Amino acid sequence: MFLQSLEYILMGTGVTVAVTLIALPFGFLLGLLLALVRVYGGRVAGYVVGFYSTTMRGIPPVVLLFIIYFIIAGSINISPFLAGSLALGIISSAYQLEIFRGALQAVGAGQMMAARSIGMSRLQAIRHIIIPQALRLAIPPWSNEAATVVKDSSLVYAIGVPEILRRAQFISARTYRPFLAFTIAALIYFALTFLTNRLLDFVEARTRIPSLHEMGEV
Amino acid sequence: MNERTNQQPIIEVIDLHKRYGDREVLKGISLRVYEGETVVIIGPSGTGKSTLLRCINLLTKPDRGVIKLDGVEITTPGTDEDKVRQHIGMVFQDFLLFNHLTVLNNVMIGLTKVLRMDPKEAEARAIKELERVGLGDHIHQYPGQLSGGQKQRVAIARSLAMDPRVILFDEPTSALDPELIGEVLEVMRMLAQEGMTMIVVTHEMGFAREVADRIIFIEKGVIVEEGPPDEMFYRPKVERTREFLWKITELYGHRKESEPHP
Repeated sequence: MFLQSLEYILMGTGVTVAVTLIALPFGFLLGLLLALVRVYGGRVAGYVVGFYSTTMRGIPPVVLLFIIYFIIAGSINISPFLAGSLALGIISSAYQLEIFRGALQAVGAGQMMAARSIGMSRLQAIRHIIIPQALRLAIPPWSNEAATVVKDSSLVYAIGVPEILRRAQFISARTYRPFLAFTIAALIYFALTFLTNRLLDFVEARTRIPSLHEMGEV
Repeated sequence: MNERTNQQPIIEVIDLHKRYGDREVLKGISLRVYEGETVVIIGPSGTGKSTLLRCINLLTKPDRGVIKLDGVEITTPGTDEDKVRQHIGMVFQDFLLFNHLTVLNNVMIGLTKVLRMDPKEAEARAIKELERVGLGDHIHQYPGQLSGGQKQRVAIARSLAMDPRVILFDEPTSALDPELIGEVLEVMRMLAQEGMTMIVVTHEMGFAREVADRIIFIEKGVIVEEGPPDEMFYRPKVERTREFLWKITELYGHRKESEPHP
């Protein structure tokens, strides 16, 4: 009974992971692009991106999911799984945009000036000097957003995608043992976010720039 | 300067104006810098010295006036600014090394990405420049692992590697601990002797007196007086020059490497 429930809910893990693996990179690319436009794209483009960010972050993800899902599903013929994943990616892009904006600004105008002073174009400076430093700074807050997306992937349950939460609810309704069903779901989500954070800690450690401070000499 | 009149200056600035809001920082600066010259610009802070340097390598856009590099105007619209900056090196007060790159890559990146040099060739050139500033043993370290003096020497090597026509120094020793200033000035002195053309904004009067071919005193956005160090220090034509030089020497001039040789 328990094992059967566990197995059935675990089968949703693949879907949850797949939703996350679409939403997170999609949100990353869109978020980074929008952050670059926000910081380097001039006043008008900056305002447009600012409006996008403020609006998206001011609406609950599940409401946005429905709105975006029905826009996507209404215009092109794709599965709820793909539409839901892309919608989550779009929602995440607004949060990732703010993470990358902060990171880009934290790199500082001086780095841009130094890059330009040796003859780099603006684009070269952004690509070779600014982004490599900004991405490193972005890892800790991005790790938080990654965990959020893993958990928010449960929202696609609302549009009928058979991921962990939907399966747990099914088990709960069929066996009348909601505690068991949702505890299993909770444990799987926890394991996923935990692994995600560990993975990103590893990436952070691997990409850390050596300095006197980290060598313990200061 | 008179014997230079038939020679083309490397940098020529004509009637440069720059205003930030309602504050006019540069009020008509004109100057010429010739090949192999070391020109030191002095003046109280906030008088537009840094702005002048940033205008010269087009990091700041002047409101009015003309700047020429090797006789070609670079302030006309449509100038390829990136190309111009390849030929004008700049060393900043706060070093501005690329923090995510090793010392070697800091010097190489301009060669590989801007000049599109072959990596092997670029590496050899970068190592040569780093050895020139005495940092041949530190090429695999990161900026965060260096002292301020070492960082500034990497910044100088980064400029040198691009083989510029002129290097602008914007208070290169102002952010350094006193005991680290000497090593940076030593490198600059060597460059001057080797014939590098340099425009140096600094408060180091010892350096100015020993190394400068010419000192330009700027205050409130205009050139008050300019001339060879001896004239500026001992026979200034303007009373304000004497006053400023006396005061600044009092403040900064008592370090060992800045001691005058009477």
